[in-house]
Amino acid sequence: MTHQVDTAWQPSPVQRERDAWRRRRTVRSAVLAAVSTVLVLGAVAVVVVSSPGWQRVQETYFDWDKAVDSFPAVLEGLWLNIRVMAICAVLIVALSLAIAVMRTIRGPVAFPLRLVGTAYVDVFRGLPLLLVIFLLGFGGPALSLEGLPTSALFWGCTALVLSYSAYVAEVFRAGIESVHPSQRLAGRSLGLSYGQTLRHVVLPQAWRRVLPPLMNDLVSLQKDSGLIAVLGVIDAIRAAQIETAIDFNYTPYVVAGALFCCLTIPMARLTDRYARKKGYHGAGGHL
Amino acid sequence: MLKTPRLAVAALATATLALTACAPTDEGGDTASDTTSDATGSESPAADECTPDAMDTVTAGTLTIATDDPAYEPWFVDNDPTNGQGYESAVAYAIAEQLGYTQDQVTWVTVPFNKVVQPGPKDFDFDVNQVSITEARRKAVDFSSGYYDVVQTVVTNKGSAIDGVTSIADLADAKLGAQVGTTSYTAITEQIQPSEDPAVFDTNDQAVQALKNGQIDGIVVDLPTAYYMAAAQLDDGVIVGQLPLPEGEPEQFGAVLGKGSALTGCVSQAVDALREDGVLDQIGQEWLAQQGAPELS
Repeated sequence: MTHQVDTAWQPSPVQRERDAWRRRRTVRSAVLAAVSTVLVLGAVAVVVVSSPGWQRVQETYFDWDKAVDSFPAVLEGLWLNIRVMAICAVLIVALSLAIAVMRTIRGPVAFPLRLVGTAYVDVFRGLPLLLVIFLLGFGGPALSLEGLPTSALFWGCTALVLSYSAYVAEVFRAGIESVHPSQRLAGRSLGLSYGQTLRHVVLPQAWRRVLPPLMNDLVSLQKDSGLIAVLGVIDAIRAAQIETAIDFNYTPYVVAGALFCCLTIPMARLTDRYARKKGYHGAGGHL
Repeated sequence: MLKTPRLAVAALATATLALTACAPTDEGGDTASDTTSDATGSESPAADECTPDAMDTVTAGTLTIATDDPAYEPWFVDNDPTNGQGYESAVAYAIAEQLGYTQDQVTWVTVPFNKVVQPGPKDFDFDVNQVSITEARRKAVDFSSGYYDVVQTVVTNKGSAIDGVTSIADLADAKLGAQVGTTSYTAITEQIQPSEDPAVFDTNDQAVQALKNGQIDGIVVDLPTAYYMAAAQLDDGVIVGQLPLPEGEPEQFGAVLGKGSALTGCVSQAVDALREDGVLDQIGQEWLAQQGAPELS
């Protein structure tokens, strides 16, 4: 009561020495990392800049005026990439989850489901994405079926969804199978049905485990969304190509590349942070 | 005291060495030097400079000509530039002859269009690939004199929304397509300015496919290609009409050479000679025989 501690707790001299030593080590490794980075990047820069063709490359790939000129067109193209990615991502998660569940159902009765799922994954993982886009994008509208849209965007997105769902289904399946069997058994012994066990016990755990690889696929999808440009729509890279053709200056491609990085890098960092915060298993690499 | 992380240091050193060890190669005669050859070809080299012995070609004694693959009719026939058939193939051989090369001294290489116009050493002497000469493009490459006067034309299928229109204003709501990076695309965006965004394709074949599918109303291409499309590629293709020439210079196809190439003057001289002697007209008669298309007002 009256016995107030008048001095706050002080770490012991030994502890303070330890802390100081740790601080020194931290500073030392930061300095070393910086020096090493500067040395390596400096060497690369010297090689690039002193090369005989550098001036030409600089004019052709890093022309500020051209970058400013082409920026609006490329940005407008990127907006298409973003919309395509957003819509496809949702559809891909739904479809691939369905396929993964189909492939993991047990029992002889469900054999046809497993067969269909496996065949689907095999076929669409085996086909190059560009090929699927071509076949659907030019073949689909050629069917001239009433009620089927002929829009390049529709068929391009369909191709993306079909192709990517095969990959993502495998990621989900790996996640589902990585949940220990005892979890299922525990769920069933509590009286949950197969579906309920899947929904409340297995999938939540599987989802956490596959979040990082899913992020990988999302970034990949974002870049591949540009492939539907072969059907005639204008995405960021296509817009850059059109700008380039005016005067054969390749700076717009660099602009497009920078814009893509501006999108994907923060997205990846955020996911890592989120996963780490949630304490998801195996989440988050560090720099 | 920490041990030096030898492995890391070694790895870094190796990487840095490997990077710096890439011996920079000087681009023979292709650097952006001050020898800005007058790309209009008006700076005429002396006649004795334009002989197979005197010209600094990629391979001594032969003329290496590039084009893309596939090479389209009516510019090339059977996707084979070496047979001398098709307008551009014939013109290329005529240029070679004008410079004193025999048919056997001409080598063809396949070079994608993108590679043609990028900086860096070229592995061809000149490229013929229906490339339109524009001032903006001269900053990156050299052009010979023009060997073909381009007219942009609109092609469509019978019975489409734009079949039978007579003015550019009638195309205002049309969905038009063109090949990426062509002046045909520029013609859509700058001359026609339709309300619908144009569709852009990697090749003209894909544009034709989209037209067949009804995904676009029409395609803009140069006149000879339009004839070929209407006659051979589309089941019931029709030529809607040609776009009026924009103000100023007529658009022309020219041979593409590396920036500052030593051969630009000679090739231009050869093309000019072919034009004066009427050889270009003859070749045009042979490969691009056409009745003309109605001009859109």
